[in-house]
Amino acid sequence: MIEARGLSKRFHDKKRGEIRAVDNVSFRCEPGRIYGLLGANGAGKTTTLRMLATILEPTDGTAVICGYDVVEDPEKVRANVGFLSTATALYPRLTAQELVEYFGRLNGLDEATLKKRLDVIFNRLDMNSFRDRRCDKLSTGMKQKTSIARTLVNDPPVMIFDEPTLGLDIMTARTITAFIRECRDRGKTVIFSTHIMSEVEKLCDVIGIIHDGKLLTEGTLTELREKYGEQDLEEIFVKIVTPLQSQVEV
Amino acid sequence: MNLSAVGIVYRKEFREWVRDRRTLISTVLVPLFLFPVMMVGFSALAVVMVGKAEKETPKIMVLGGEDSPQLLASIRKLDSLEIVPYAGNWKDQISNKDIRAAVEIPKNFEKSLTTSNSESVKIYFYDGEMKSSFGANRIEKFLKDYRDAVVKDRLAAKNLPASVLAPFSIKQENVAPPEKVSGATFGSFIGYTVIILCMTGAMYPAIDLTAGEKERGTMETILSSPISRLDLVCGKFLLVFSASLATAILSVISMGGSFAILGHTSLMNSSSGGQTLALNLGLLSIVAVFLMALPLAFLFSAVLMTIALFAKSYKEAQSYLTPMTFLIVIPAVASVMPGVELTPKLALIPILNTSLVCKEIITGTYHWNSIALIFVSTCVYAGVALFLAFKTFQRESVLFRS
Repeated sequence: MIEARGLSKRFHDKKRGEIRAVDNVSFRCEPGRIYGLLGANGAGKTTTLRMLATILEPTDGTAVICGYDVVEDPEKVRANVGFLSTATALYPRLTAQELVEYFGRLNGLDEATLKKRLDVIFNRLDMNSFRDRRCDKLSTGMKQKTSIARTLVNDPPVMIFDEPTLGLDIMTARTITAFIRECRDRGKTVIFSTHIMSEVEKLCDVIGIIHDGKLLTEGTLTELREKYGEQDLEEIFVKIVTPLQSQVEV
Repeated sequence: MNLSAVGIVYRKEFREWVRDRRTLISTVLVPLFLFPVMMVGFSALAVVMVGKAEKETPKIMVLGGEDSPQLLASIRKLDSLEIVPYAGNWKDQISNKDIRAAVEIPKNFEKSLTTSNSESVKIYFYDGEMKSSFGANRIEKFLKDYRDAVVKDRLAAKNLPASVLAPFSIKQENVAPPEKVSGATFGSFIGYTVIILCMTGAMYPAIDLTAGEKERGTMETILSSPISRLDLVCGKFLLVFSASLATAILSVISMGGSFAILGHTSLMNSSSGGQTLALNLGLLSIVAVFLMALPLAFLFSAVLMTIALFAKSYKEAQSYLTPMTFLIVIPAVASVMPGVELTPKLALIPILNTSLVCKEIITGTYHWNSIALIFVSTCVYAGVALFLAFKTFQRESVLFRS
C-alpha cells in the first residue's frame, strides 16, 4: 500500500532558480494492482519514485508505505520496498550470487534463510548457470535477472519500477514486464513509471498522468477513455498535457 | 549506528577492493617494490657516478705562470691532473666540459714568495658541476700543500719550530649514538614516505567507493537498500582507512628491508667517505612512527572521500584530488628541509607535524608533550573530517549532482 500525500520536491538551480520537480502530488496504490505513472521526460516521474523509495527527501508533503512514513521512518520504508530502474546498476566485481547475498544481508536476513531464498530465487529465474559469474561479465538479460533477484531477496510487499525497460531489447524488456505482472499476481503493491504508452495499456490497472511535476489526472484506462472521449491513450495523453495548445488549435 | 550493517558493507567493499587490479598496483606493488627499487637504484647510480668522476684525471689549464717555472714544473709532475696547453677560450672550454678547471698564476708569483707580498692564485671552475668541482678541489689541495711547504721553508730559515703556527690543535668528536647520525639523514625521508603512501593508498579506494559508485550507477541501488546512510559511510570509510594503513604498513616493511639490504652491501660504504647508510631502526621507533601515522591516515581517508564524493565520475574525482595531493606533499616536503624543527606552533599544522615528529622518533628522541599534542590535534582534525564526510553523504545535491 502506497499513499502519497501532497508530495513536493523543489531543487535550486543556479541558472534557472527554483525548480518544482514535483508539485503537490497525491495518489494511492493498492495491493494487487499496478499503478502506472505516465509522463514525458522531465515530468517528475523519477523524482516522485525516488521520494517513495526514500532516496530523496520530500521538500513538502509525505508518503506512507506499509504504514511507515517516508520522512519519519525511511529505513523501515526501504525494508518494505523493492526498487528497480535502469539506473540501479550492479557491482561489477561481485558475482551474481554475492550481489544478491549482499542485499539480502543488508535486509537483515540470517545466513540460513538467505541460503534458502537464494536457491529458490535462482531456480525460479533460471540463474544457476551464471550465479558465480562476475556482474561485469554478464549479458544485459542476465544483469536484469540479477537485478530482479536483488529486489526479490527480501520479498518486499511494495515494488517500485522507474522506467525499468528503458534501453532494453524486446526480449529483456519482456522479462521485466512479465516480472511486474507476477508481482501483482502475488498481491504486491506495484508502481511503475514509463513514457511508453503501449506498456501502460498492457500492464496498468490505474494510470496517473504527470506533467511539469503535477499529477494532472488519474483513473483506469476505461475511465480515462470515457472522460476524454478518445480510445487511444496517446491521444488522451496529448489532450491532457497540452490543454492550452489544443484550445488554440480549436 | 548498526555495527553489523557496517560490517556487511565493509566486507563487501573489501571483497571488491581485493578484486581490483588497480588496487594491487597502488597498495601492494608501489610500496613494496617501487620505493625500494628507487632508493637502491638511485643510491647505486649516485655511487657509480661519483666513483666515475673521482677516477677521472681532470684536465686543468694553467693561465700565466711563465715566470714561475718551479711551480709549473711541480704542477706538471702531478699524476692526478692532466695539464693542457693554454688557449684563449678557456672559459668556454670549462663551460663545454672540455677542461674541468683553470688555475691562474699571478705575475711574478715566485718572486713574491721571497718578499712579503701576498698574491692570490685563482681557480676557475663551473659551480654545480661535480667533475669540475673535483678538478678544482685537486688543484686547490696541491696549492695548499705547496703553500704549507713554503711556510715550512720560511720557518726553517728563521730557525723556528713548526708548532709556532699551530700552538694547539682542534678536533671534533661525535657524541650522538650512530642511529641518531644516520637517523637524522634518513629519518625525515621515512616519515615523508610513510605520509605520502598513506595518502596514495587512500586515494584510489576513496574515489572508487564514492565517485566510482556514482559513475557505475550503483549509488542508487545501494541507497534503495534498508541500510542507513551513516552505516554506509562508516563501512566505506573503514575500507578506505584500511587501504591507507595497509599501504603504510607495506611501505614501512619494504623500507626496513631495503635499508637492511643497503646496509649489508659494501656498495655504500666504499667511496662515500666512511658514512654508512645502515639504519638501525629499532622496533620501537617503527611502531611509534606507525602509531603517529594512524590518525593521519584517518584524516586523509575522510578528507579524500569527502572531496571525491562531489565528483560525478572517476576522472572528475581525480582532477579534484590532484591539487589536493600537492597540499599534502608540500608540508611533507617542508619537514625534510634541513633546519625545520618541531615547535609548539608547527605541532598544530597537520601533516607537517607528523612528518617532523617521525623524524625525531627515528633519531631516538621522544618529546612526549609534542607527541601527545600532535596525536590529539591530528585526531581532532580527523574527527572533523569524518563528520564532514557524514554530512556530505546526507546531501542530495551532492549524491545526485547532474
